[in-house]
Amino acid sequence: MRSLIYLVVGIFFGIVLFKSEAASWFRIYEMFQFRAFKMYGIIGSAVLLGIIITQLIKRNKIKSFFGEQIVIEPKENGFKRYIIGGILFGLGWALAGACPGPMYVLVGAGFLPVIVVLGAAIIGTFLYGVLKDKLPH
Amino acid sequence: MSIILEPWPWYVSGPLISLTLFVLLFLGKKFSMSSNLRTICAIGGAGKSISFFHFDWKAQRWNLIVAFGVLIGGYIAANFLTASEAVILNPTTVSDLHALGFESAGSAYLPLELFDNAIFSDMKVLSILILGGILVGFGARYAGGCTSGHAISGLSNLQLPSLIAVVGFFIGGLIMVHVLFPLIF
Repeated sequence: MRSLIYLVVGIFFGIVLFKSEAASWFRIYEMFQFRAFKMYGIIGSAVLLGIIITQLIKRNKIKSFFGEQIVIEPKENGFKRYIIGGILFGLGWALAGACPGPMYVLVGAGFLPVIVVLGAAIIGTFLYGVLKDKLPH
Repeated sequence: MSIILEPWPWYVSGPLISLTLFVLLFLGKKFSMSSNLRTICAIGGAGKSISFFHFDWKAQRWNLIVAFGVLIGGYIAANFLTASEAVILNPTTVSDLHALGFESAGSAYLPLELFDNAIFSDMKVLSILILGGILVGFGARYAGGCTSGHAISGLSNLQLPSLIAVVGFFIGGLIMVHVLFPLIF
């Protein structure tokens, strides 16, 4: 039953990502050219509403659907890992035109070359695991 | 029905992404697409030699199901909910892209120059896709999250680390598009 709920949430999110065009390489390019408002509107409105939702959950100590306490774990403080990791991610996001969510969407939409991107992203994740202790965090 | 078949405007898409975040939080989970890449490495046995992948991946099964759903969602949206896949871009963007060699700009969902099946025999394009993928996977784990974990849920939780990461995303994206694209394409 729970699995079915997660599947439905995923399907919903996948449809939204495709239909919003946030999964389009062109939209990402346009965003980094500051030539269209659309991506800023999507991320901006998602974050604005997200702030309200997150604060309401935290302030009212809302219990989850399964009756457990909702815990939103904060990221640990730091600077280097976020800025360096972020820049590397951004370079890839603009080049491949897709972050991880859209990669799944595009494979489903039938763009087979995106399987290469997804496979490479798994390799990139693996490489981070290998090099983790040698990197500044 | 025809409204659904058109591209969805930002003021519909953005709130629907927030709704996804809300439902996942309400289910006691988090919104994190790139974590699945780490889980896949763990399933593949990377935990035997690398401690970063040594964790109880079965506890992350729910997120793999979400990711599989996202894939199905892409299939449904592309095949049943879309009249025309062409992404309508700013005319200046179209002419810029034509100048870079992207003839499909303005008439496709993804550039055919990078994502047509013909690229499987094109070493240059394959290298570009592999490099892009590696940077996304490596960068997401290094920064501890991707667009869903940092830009959406992290900023929603008003976390400074996520703001730093998102600034990084933009620095990287701007360097790629403005400095490196003219060299690559």
